[in-house]
Amino acid sequence: MKAFSFERAIDAAQAAKRAFEMPGSKFIAGGTNLLDLMKHEIEVPPHLIDVTHIGLDEITATDDGGLRIGALVSNTALGADERIRRDYPVLSRALFAGASSQLRNKASTGGNLLQRTRCPYFFDPKMPCNKREPGAGCAALDEGADTRQLGVIGTSDHCIATHPSDMAVALRVLDAEVETIDPEGRTRRLTLDEFYLLPDDTPEVENALSPGEIITAVVLPAPVGGTQRYFKVRDRASYAFALVSVALIEQENGEGRVALGGVAPRPWRRDDADAELANGATAVMAKLLDGARPTPDNAYKLVLAERTLAALLAKE
Amino acid sequence: MTSTTTFEKHRESAQTRSSVALTINGQRHELTLDNRTTLLDALREHLNLTGSKKGCDHGQCGACTVFIDGQRVNACLTLAVMHQDDEITTIEGVGGVEHLDPMQQAFIDHDAFQCGYCTPGQICSAKATLEEIRAGIPSHVTKELTGPIELSDEEIRERMSGNLCRCGAYANILEAIRQVAKERA
Repeated sequence: MKAFSFERAIDAAQAAKRAFEMPGSKFIAGGTNLLDLMKHEIEVPPHLIDVTHIGLDEITATDDGGLRIGALVSNTALGADERIRRDYPVLSRALFAGASSQLRNKASTGGNLLQRTRCPYFFDPKMPCNKREPGAGCAALDEGADTRQLGVIGTSDHCIATHPSDMAVALRVLDAEVETIDPEGRTRRLTLDEFYLLPDDTPEVENALSPGEIITAVVLPAPVGGTQRYFKVRDRASYAFALVSVALIEQENGEGRVALGGVAPRPWRRDDADAELANGATAVMAKLLDGARPTPDNAYKLVLAERTLAALLAKE
Repeated sequence: MTSTTTFEKHRESAQTRSSVALTINGQRHELTLDNRTTLLDALREHLNLTGSKKGCDHGQCGACTVFIDGQRVNACLTLAVMHQDDEITTIEGVGGVEHLDPMQQAFIDHDAFQCGYCTPGQICSAKATLEEIRAGIPSHVTKELTGPIELSDEEIRERMSGNLCRCGAYANILEAIRQVAKERA
């Protein structure tokens, strides 16, 4: 790990200002992903700003019947919150499908959104990676590369990594928004499709945050009801990243919403695919995975996604 | 100047050590540490509390599991300087030879280890598993999110999945946890 200087922020606005003043600095909250990356020297921040003492650790009701989740609420606290369990069960399920108890106790809501890909080539500094070093190339696109876990849609000729979060997939299906504050003290809200950027020719830019801008909360709209499910397919029964995951909200009239994890650089959802729900999994996936460009090693994800959704739709 | 050079210049000139007071097993320790020091390294290398083990050092094996303010965490994935004023409990604080914790006794009773390296982390997680079930925190295998949580083998196994044992003592660890759960019931 490279040496770094360290400070403790007093509030979100000050944290944003300090981050802007110190180029290359990183916010640290739970640290479960950042410290791992720093040990590998994939992240080498010269300065860390501790944001664990800036409040933002509560879940509060919003005026329109939704919930505002402070960015520092832990994954355990969020998944276990009675209101989340009752009104947004897909989010609880997604959270408890991820990581281990130890990690969920530490990991924050904001940090979960910002966690980096687990692409094996991103994690291996000896291999070229356009995320780590723009312009270096992408080892995952080389002949014979191990791409089994990598993305099938939304990827580019420069990067085929996936976003690893389970939580974000549930937030996408719930139409959650990310609330931020920038170094000038301006706040804004972004949908997840606005927040997460597709790789195109700049895979190193993963989100819309400007320099210093910090996530303060995730805002859930009023509950939408329905039957909510999160199903994660992985190589072992627990404590592994998704090969494919499906977040589903089904209403009694057959309408609903579907988002996928494990297949794309961001949680993957399309309105025109949601509209096909009453017509079954094949119809949904024809839209949702339209334009997919899998590798021979990960084309199985297209079949797996459809069958996982079909299995969920067949459940009573 | 490239940003990399700027970063390196900063590293050379900036203050990269900090003072922190850690409260561990009820005892306060004043330390000045390199900012990079993880809580695990502070415990093992600076305070001679070697019960918490370093297995993978990347949050994957659970050998370093300790309690911070009552919650289990991986001590290898948190910086010591971030824990001023927190209450930290390590395996040494859970119990010792003269005053074994019931979970430690149960691990002995059921031969729930072979080499013993993962055991301190397993015991911390085993205690947390029962506490988390008692507190009504659901897990991936909990049937109803809003109902009571059944203390099944499946629940215990899922909640212990952040602790790996290469000797394969899982079956006996499960028995040890069941014994403590039964004693409490």
